Amino acid sequence: MIALLIRDLKLAFRAGGGFGLGLAFFLIVTVLVPFGVGPESALLARIAPGILWLGALLACLLSLDRILALDWEDGSLDLLATSPLPLEGVVSVKALAHWLTTGLPLTLAAPFLGLLLSLPTQGYAWLVVSLALGTPALSVIGTFGAALTVGIKRGGLLLSLLVLPLYVPTLIFGAELARRGAEGLATTTPLLMLAGISFGVIALLPFASALVLRVNLR
Amino acid sequence: MTLKVQDLTITRGGIPVLEGLNFALEPGRALILRGPNGVGKTTLLRTIAGLQPPLSGTVDCPSESFAYAAHSDGLKAMLTVSENLNYWAQVFGQKDINRAVSTFNLDALVDRMAGTLSAGQKRRLGLARLLVTGRPIWVLDEPTVSLDTASVALFADAVRAHLKTGGSALMATHIDLGLEEADVLDVGPFRAKADTVAAGGFDEGFL
Repeated sequence: MIALLIRDLKLAFRAGGGFGLGLAFFLIVTVLVPFGVGPESALLARIAPGILWLGALLACLLSLDRILALDWEDGSLDLLATSPLPLEGVVSVKALAHWLTTGLPLTLAAPFLGLLLSLPTQGYAWLVVSLALGTPALSVIGTFGAALTVGIKRGGLLLSLLVLPLYVPTLIFGAELARRGAEGLATTTPLLMLAGISFGVIALLPFASALVLRVNLR
Repeated sequence: MTLKVQDLTITRGGIPVLEGLNFALEPGRALILRGPNGVGKTTLLRTIAGLQPPLSGTVDCPSESFAYAAHSDGLKAMLTVSENLNYWAQVFGQKDINRAVSTFNLDALVDRMAGTLSAGQKRRLGLARLLVTGRPIWVLDEPTVSLDTASVALFADAVRAHLKTGGSALMATHIDLGLEEADVLDVGPFRAKADTVAAGGFDEGFL
């Protein structure tokens, strides 16, 4: 399992691994928003949590089809399925590797990009908390989508369409948590809901992913 | 460990391709599958390796005893030869990759990126993976594709050594490896008849 994680991280950081892709996309979205809606900082401050969350979600979406498709193309997935590793473990490790190379960098970069959108001071901590809590759910749900569409050539479109509705609850509560944090309101309810979604999908979805992967490998 | 296949019927894309297959593979023996293209050799090997369920019949052997090697080698172009082998060795709970490297004459290539290898070198690396799995039954699909005669001899030696240590090998190949331990099974006569259907019937729409 650890060997698989290390290999996936190595591959992500080497040439063609696509490590910076999500981060660059996140940067582009947040830099361009002030040009689109105008430089008025009161308006930017109001929409900042939502924009940052939307940017992070779309950046995550961008790299989802790499999670399993590359391994499927070169035959590693067949070999992994016949290896001693349980497929549930394989998809969990894949999701973890995806989070470490996408969700975690996005979470760490978000405060700096919040500055560009003049996020209120009290909002930074909550922004980081909401992303740290919410992005693992995005990776796990995305791995489920990737497992569903593995084997379909250029399955990116189908993958996005399948995964987007599943992302909606995470987005709603994540952005709500960041917004309430920024406005200094009570944050307990969205915090608990977001944590519930994240832990729920982490606990349950790997089993579903492994199941559909088994069907798709036939 | 003896592999026993009883009354096996297998499907490709929901259509039965081979039926009524019966054979046994004893330790120390090799079985070579022959048959025309599309008859279902790959499907049979995938079914035995546990990647897809048979339509009926049984494969009497735990799937943990198979090392499967298919047309694609499962190599990562951006990892070196030794990183690729080490990774598979760790996945299968083994440590030593030196034997695999020397058996397939990869010593000079260990620090090269797998993506820069030639097709034959990649295949040798893919076959070297079998040695780091430590599993007794090799299930091989066209293992000699893109190998030259010298490498085919290396591969035949590796198979022979594997059989000597009590392993066995089931492979689909059209090349004569010169293995005296090998039996040949022509799967052509087991081609499924048009009316073979699953017991109880099944609806392809819900697969």
